[in-house]
Amino acid sequence: MEIAYTVHPRPDTGVYNAKLGMWLFLASEVMLFGGLFSSYILLRAGALPGTWPSGWLSVPLGTLNTIILALSAVTTLLAWYSCKSGMFDKFKLFQGLTILLAVVFLGIKSYEYRDKLTHYEVELKNGQLADGHLVRREASGAVVLHGRLVQSRAELMDGRKAHGERQELTIAKADIVRMQNYGPAHNTFLALYFTLTGLHALHIIGGLVVMSYLWGPGSRMWKTNPERFTNRVEVAGLFWHFVDLVWIFLFPTLYLI
Amino acid sequence: MSETHVEAFGSYARRCGAVFLAVVCGTLIMVGASYAPLASRPLVIGFILAAASVNAFLVAGYLMHLITEKKMIFAVLALTAFLFVVLMGLSVWASRDVPAILAPALK
Repeated sequence: MEIAYTVHPRPDTGVYNAKLGMWLFLASEVMLFGGLFSSYILLRAGALPGTWPSGWLSVPLGTLNTIILALSAVTTLLAWYSCKSGMFDKFKLFQGLTILLAVVFLGIKSYEYRDKLTHYEVELKNGQLADGHLVRREASGAVVLHGRLVQSRAELMDGRKAHGERQELTIAKADIVRMQNYGPAHNTFLALYFTLTGLHALHIIGGLVVMSYLWGPGSRMWKTNPERFTNRVEVAGLFWHFVDLVWIFLFPTLYLI
Repeated sequence: MSETHVEAFGSYARRCGAVFLAVVCGTLIMVGASYAPLASRPLVIGFILAAASVNAFLVAGYLMHLITEKKMIFAVLALTAFLFVVLMGLSVWASRDVPAILAPALK
């Protein structure tokens, strides 16, 4: 049995079924991310003064990722237009570029995650805090951080302020009261950062799988049913543009504001 | 592949390139604004969100072809936009109550 309206538009809706289905799915995605943004607003507004961090994320890396995703939105569109124009070779080129850019985006995101997960805040017995990246753990239980000593957590809240020179700090096990990395459990901001960007990264991975399929084994359909294949590429592209749209708001919310 | 197709492709690619450059400019303006030494923080936040909205319009309008889309798609999105605005409105409204709740803790 043939599936209806995979190529030509339905007379009542004016679009083919997969396209309407994708837009309905994207509408539900808007509400999913909307709920998370809503949580962000409430938690940020409810934070006590001076407790909400700013400047903790790398703006150059975030900007680079924004540009990479915007470029991939263009290449995925050109891949679709290539199919529409009957230029299969160009489709392969632009779809391949989109996949490559998605991988680069994920690589940069992984680097940012690693940076946060190896960054530690150590509470010392004398009341000071040692803040920096873990260099090594010694056999004695001592830890070596590349960072700085501060008197209170408030000094760490603004990441853009100059905090003095970083140095290698060796902290004996006996001096440590508590040691925690900058993971999701560190504070509300980082919990939101990992939740929002993690969900977004899952969408990138999902898009990557679909686009790789269309670039590889799925492209066989070009020989048997090019119009349907073109529509598949268009629908995958719509999803990819949505992922770009979400990032357009995530970047300023988490990195700049 | 006919010459007409190649020409049409070139023209379409140039249009996409223009949208890409506009999005990059918008992003750089946002970054610049976040470093601007303005006294009013709400003004900076408002400006950055306005620039992000322009970028979002460019992506949705031109790259997703929303400006030439069918009525059915607009109907779906109109309902979504309404619900989204209500959700955000409720969040902002509720966040105004927060200082009163936290008042004892702030003393």
